[in-house]
Amino acid sequence: MTDPRASDGREETAVGAWFHSDAPAERWLLSGYSRDPRERTILLELVARVVFPTVIVFSVYLLFAGHYRSGGGFSGGLVAGQAFVLRYLAGGRLDDSSTVSMRPPVLIGIGLTIAVLTGLVPVLFGGVVLESASFTFAVPLLGKIKVVSSLFLDIGVYLLILGVVLDLLRTLGSGIEADIVELGGGSR
Amino acid sequence: MLALVTSHLLVAFLLPPVAMRHTRAAYLVAALPPAAALCWALAHTAAVLAGDQPVERVTWSATLGLEFVFRLDALALVMTLLVSGIGVLVLLYSRWYFETPSGDAKRSAPLLLAFAGAMFGLVLADHLLTLYIFWELTTICSFLLVGQSGVSRESRRASLQALLVTTLGGLVMLLGFIVLGESSGTYRISQLAAEPPAGSAAAVATGLILVGAFTKSAQVPFHNWLPAAMVAPTPISAYLHAASMVKAGVFLVGRLTPVLSEVSYLPVVTAMFGLLTMFVGGWRALREYDLKLLLAYGTVSQLGFLMVLAGSGSYTGELALAGMLLAHGAFKATLFLVIGIVDHQTGTRDIRELSGVGRRLPWVATVAVLAAMSMAGVPPMIGFVAKEAAFEAYLGGGSVAVVEAGIVLGSVLTVAYTARLLVGGFASKRGTMPTEVHPTPAGMLLPPAVTALLCLALGVAYPLTDELAATYAERAVGGSGDYHLGLWHGFKLPLLFSLITLLGGLALAACNPELNRLRDRLPRPLQAQRGYERVMGSLERLAVGVTGRVQVGSLPTYLGIILLTVLIVPGSVLLLRVTPIEQLRWWDNVLQLPLALVILIAAAGVLRATRRITAVLLVGVIGYAIGGMFIVGGGPDLALTQFLVETLTLIAFVLVLRRLPARFTETPSSRRVRLPKVLISLAGGVFVGFAALIFSSARDTPSAVSREYLERAEEGTSATNVVNAIIIDFRAFDTVGELSVLAVAATGVASLVLSAGSARRRKHARSDRESRFTAGRLPGEGGGKGRT
Repeated sequence: MTDPRASDGREETAVGAWFHSDAPAERWLLSGYSRDPRERTILLELVARVVFPTVIVFSVYLLFAGHYRSGGGFSGGLVAGQAFVLRYLAGGRLDDSSTVSMRPPVLIGIGLTIAVLTGLVPVLFGGVVLESASFTFAVPLLGKIKVVSSLFLDIGVYLLILGVVLDLLRTLGSGIEADIVELGGGSR
Repeated sequence: MLALVTSHLLVAFLLPPVAMRHTRAAYLVAALPPAAALCWALAHTAAVLAGDQPVERVTWSATLGLEFVFRLDALALVMTLLVSGIGVLVLLYSRWYFETPSGDAKRSAPLLLAFAGAMFGLVLADHLLTLYIFWELTTICSFLLVGQSGVSRESRRASLQALLVTTLGGLVMLLGFIVLGESSGTYRISQLAAEPPAGSAAAVATGLILVGAFTKSAQVPFHNWLPAAMVAPTPISAYLHAASMVKAGVFLVGRLTPVLSEVSYLPVVTAMFGLLTMFVGGWRALREYDLKLLLAYGTVSQLGFLMVLAGSGSYTGELALAGMLLAHGAFKATLFLVIGIVDHQTGTRDIRELSGVGRRLPWVATVAVLAAMSMAGVPPMIGFVAKEAAFEAYLGGGSVAVVEAGIVLGSVLTVAYTARLLVGGFASKRGTMPTEVHPTPAGMLLPPAVTALLCLALGVAYPLTDELAATYAERAVGGSGDYHLGLWHGFKLPLLFSLITLLGGLALAACNPELNRLRDRLPRPLQAQRGYERVMGSLERLAVGVTGRVQVGSLPTYLGIILLTVLIVPGSVLLLRVTPIEQLRWWDNVLQLPLALVILIAAAGVLRATRRITAVLLVGVIGYAIGGMFIVGGGPDLALTQFLVETLTLIAFVLVLRRLPARFTETPSSRRVRLPKVLISLAGGVFVGFAALIFSSARDTPSAVSREYLERAEEGTSATNVVNAIIIDFRAFDTVGELSVLAVAATGVASLVLSAGSARRRKHARSDRESRFTAGRLPGEGGGKGRT
């Protein structure tokens, strides 16, 4: 799958020509920036783009299913994080569509805030900290839906884990890459 | 009362967005909660004087016995009048003082209000721990207000010094509170006062609490943070470091006087340190040329005086304390605000540069003179009334006479530096050009004028002051006396002392320039500031030394220490308490065999690997195989998490490997420690293996807890996945705790990586820029880039 292009010049121009003449018309198939053609694997990039939404949906499924089947906020967050990891591995740090506009520490903070608030809200209703309650709604077409208040704690976990993975990507991924590029550029 | 305190804090919390837009309006809004508190206190004055004390209790943790208790008694009333009254005036004054909508102006409004709230809670507290919480809140507000944006080195250093000194005292004081509370079984101050504790526990607690009071009220040898804190804008100095916060220590001693009445050494210690502080402060004030610093040392001196009175334990002494608290709050706030005006309208506070200001600003000078008269103890000001009472309190022979002499001498210094302040700030001087003065807006002069008139009013209307002070003094010492605050007590010794003080002080002020020349030649063996710096310096050196020895920066060393700890602590237990390994069998499920084989092969492969990437991949194989084990064992949740975490770890490893050499390298020095490394890791592995065997054979049936979880998951949390029910419901508290740990750890690691990277980049950019500079291009183009 990862077939790095050969690095001799003839091959490179050929790739460039292919790229221009046969560029995908669909915006979502191609990001604005791309790596050095020698480091690119179009196949992986494409697969990452196609798979990405599915993985995100799967992570949300894991989040909600956790109460009844395998899953939960932790694994959901990790899966969502790894969707971004895949995007990074395929597109590199310049793939701007793979970066979330929200900064990872903010995401971590939101996750922690939601978790703590979930713990404190029952106190307002005269309960104890972190008490949980379940509510059942009847929704047309979908039937009965049961929502457990501890789900919000799981959402907090999900966001926090996602934030941690993105932070990891930002520091160990793009951070190191930027370092290498800049140091390499300086010596040239 | 709780509502009033929280309204301060709540408004302060909501104020920053308002302050960003309408800075001046924010100060007016900020003045509202203290004004409400002031009105509330005034409305209750009659009740308090009649002996009624409104109490409010809010339990915030019944199981731990923690509660907020507030009580308005006479001392709290006196302090509330100071804190809220001066708070309102200072906030109104700040509206004029902070002219341009600067960062300081935007920051100070909410912080000043928060401080007022904390101080209000502090003076009302009737519970030692409630008191401690508000005590530290005021410290934090002070730190932020002195530090402001933290741009200048001086303000950072001053705010840090104030924070460190007062927090140190605060922590020691907390220790004293705990000793006091635990030994007598209650933390309620009113209950403690009803049955004063005696014995060694109370004596120890008193010593510890006094450290807190001394640091907060800037007593020698902790006094130096106060003059240093004068880098703050003047309204802040006026409010925090003159009128209210620094009085907290004195207030605490006054508050605990009935509680600690059985401790015999309290009056001696407070008198000793108080008098020393009084001299040191007054002495230094005579040398300063900066009007604000002069006042700051004056405050130190006055705080010493207040400390002497607070510890006196006699009826007249406490009477004098209440009078002096009011007097000092009024005149010191006035003088600071006036100095602020002078500084604001002339651009300088230096005595050597100011000349003829009194002629240009006659009203400002009048206000200053009124307040200064109170400070010097000139009748009919409240300062005179209170000082008379203080002189009366220490009439007598023996050791009391020594204190009396000390107070008189300290007051001579006070008069001298008061004269120096007035002459230096407002008089026309020969040989100095008259200073250029901008006219003062009336709104700016109004707050100090109000406090200056208070100095006069409290003195003239002395029966009122006396009633308030007497209510406090009776409660403090548990009995009443014959003495009353007043302007005229007949031709007695106190009047003579007052006369001596005034004349002596004026004489001292007259010959001060000569004295200063002499003082410059005197050696200065002890300096508090140098002592503080030396302590801080040695602390830093110690920290560097310890870090250098413990954090050697070698991963094998860290791992070795961790493994050795594991081997020694739980490992020795394993050896000492030999547990039989029961029910040993080869496998539960045949599928475990091939998985175990994969793990073993991969583990052997890791040991043989010469390339880092190979080792990392093989470790990943082990992780996935263990995930397989979990599936076979029937733990899908565990397996899912294991796979996901393993993947993430693998990716993180691979990402980091880009910066590491491809192959493992072995230096000669690392070859030497190879044998210990092998031994430690072998022992660690053996330990983990045996521990796993023993732990898994220790229990063959599910524990009671597991059974409960399984039974209650469905109805208690309406979850069918018990693992999840445990994580987010049964043990939700653990989850939240782990989340915060994870957040802190992730942010810390990310900051470390990013800062290391940016430091490297900056270094690189600098060398790059230098090379460009030598090549003749314009420098500074990339100046902003390196800072990101």
